[in-house]
Amino acid sequence: MSVLHIINKSPFDRNSLDSCLRLALEGSAILLIEDGVYAVQKKSTAAARLQQALGKHLVYALQPDMQARGVTTDSMIDGIELVDYDGFVKLATEFDKSQSWL
Amino acid sequence: MATKKFLYINRKAPHGSIYAHESLEVVLIGAAFEQDVTLAFIDDGVYQLMKDQDTSAIGSKNFAPTFRALGDYDVNQIYVERESLEMRGLDKDDLMPLTWEDEDDDWAEKDSIHIVSSAELAEIFEQQEVILNF
Repeated sequence: MSVLHIINKSPFDRNSLDSCLRLALEGSAILLIEDGVYAVQKKSTAAARLQQALGKHLVYALQPDMQARGVTTDSMIDGIELVDYDGFVKLATEFDKSQSWL
Repeated sequence: MATKKFLYINRKAPHGSIYAHESLEVVLIGAAFEQDVTLAFIDDGVYQLMKDQDTSAIGSKNFAPTFRALGDYDVNQIYVERESLEMRGLDKDDLMPLTWEDEDDDWAEKDSIHIVSSAELAEIFEQQEVILNF
């Protein structure tokens, strides 16, 4: 498979998610980790951008990072798949390469 | 010892960097020296007060419960910018309840968190003598 894009910055603090969404090819996947998981909250102003991306990309979020931040699955936009650390490793092996948007 | 009005401005999310944790440490030190302490949470800083934070799965210290000790140090002026909450789709119910006991009012339990507008927060900034940024 193609590229796994990894986002670890809050969409309100950095433009990593926006740059990724602008440049990621259709079919590539996006994994939200660390402060990147704040983007999943459906009532936030970042939600629309991520919602749009769901049509072109598989989007994953690292559950332990959501739990640490008090970001609940109830508050999350539909269509995002949660992964644990094992799932993170599995994704990294399934894709040809990963790109970390620092 | 002279008492000054200290304002601590918090603008960073809690677990992605050390700023939030360090801020809380410094706030507690300031409070222990009986200074007049005010906290402001703006931008991603509002995420520090999210309820139900549980860092057990990421192997880092969960300092969120320490916020609940602030009331015992007479730190009860905690201001959260409404605009920052709204942009993130959050409201007061998404934040952990923080309270203090008012000894001048028969130890009544009162809210420490005040949701304020940018304009109100700007006024609060203006009243301070020392401002520390995290």
